Amino acid sequence: MRVLGISGSLRGDSHNLRLLRAAAELLPPEAELVLFGGLKAIPPFDEDDEAAPGRVVESWRAEIGTADALLFATPEYNSSIPGVLKNAVDWASRPFASAALRNKPAAVIGASTGMFGAVWAQAELRKSLAAAGARVIDSELPIADADNAFAPDGMLIEHDQTLVLGEILAELLAQTPERIAA
Amino acid sequence: MSATALDTATKLPVGTWTSDPTHSSASFAVKHMVVATFRGRFEKLDAQLNVGEDGTAELTGTVDAGSIVVKDENLQAHLGAPDFFDTERFPQLRFVSTSIRRDGEELVLDGELTIKDHTHAVEARGTITDPHETLGGAAKVGVTLETVIDRTKFGLEWNAPLPKGGFALANDVKLTVELELNRGGE
Repeated sequence: MRVLGISGSLRGDSHNLRLLRAAAELLPPEAELVLFGGLKAIPPFDEDDEAAPGRVVESWRAEIGTADALLFATPEYNSSIPGVLKNAVDWASRPFASAALRNKPAAVIGASTGMFGAVWAQAELRKSLAAAGARVIDSELPIADADNAFAPDGMLIEHDQTLVLGEILAELLAQTPERIAA
Repeated sequence: MSATALDTATKLPVGTWTSDPTHSSASFAVKHMVVATFRGRFEKLDAQLNVGEDGTAELTGTVDAGSIVVKDENLQAHLGAPDFFDTERFPQLRFVSTSIRRDGEELVLDGELTIKDHTHAVEARGTITDPHETLGGAAKVGVTLETVIDRTKFGLEWNAPLPKGGFALANDVKLTVELELNRGGE
């Protein structure tokens, strides 16, 4: 199974990228996490461009299409979703009836250096993904104080957080067509 | 009123009666934005009324969830998404009666309605019009039924709070079916 990991932070050493890598280590052998690296290149959504959205948008939609599940890790900017991430969701939500996100299993986790762990951004991203027709897992993982949340091996220091992350991944994989058919 | 007349008034027409797909309909109505009523329909439905010589009767019906029709294509797609009917996983709505009572033209059904794998007892009320010979000698029966369900009990929980109170959608939804039933499977 192919899980597409999307970090809402563009920073090379972002905490949310680290969180995705920690998640990758918890996946079962039959599942693989593929990191999406094209968020920065996605142009601003413009309905005038929908007829010919361009290679980057088509590639983003294709990455979603070939994934069995999506795992978003988002920071929180001004109490909400980073603009680049929301923009990507908007492109992948249209046209609605055949949107790449439609029926796609998706989970949202997040890390921030503050004390709330991007919990509002996670809630808002779940709302947007559900409105776009995705099959959204109704769980969250707020990693607060992200500067001090990771061990040198890249895993989360708090055991309870690792447990929750594992539960979210299990729930996400259980929603994939392969698991549903089994 | 004689005993015979009373029997006629309470008995259902014996036989197998199957819905005419073109002239039957299933629709819903729900309060929207507190002030108005929003309506939609399902294009594909299949219903059958079976009445035995001994008076036993059952009405069953299925509705193709993916055949939902509303006036906006984006809303139509949203209603088919996991937020609402999740037609990929739950392609049908199903009803099976557990009892049918008739008093004149009035009909009262108890039954079990299944939406998104949630099954709950419902009571539906409506009318029945006895067999009538139509063009080509075909006999038809008419049935109309209405019930009100709490959609949240059937896994349809989406809502949005309004800025000054209330919600975008009410929980109570009126379901209406109007059936033109042909004798047999025709």
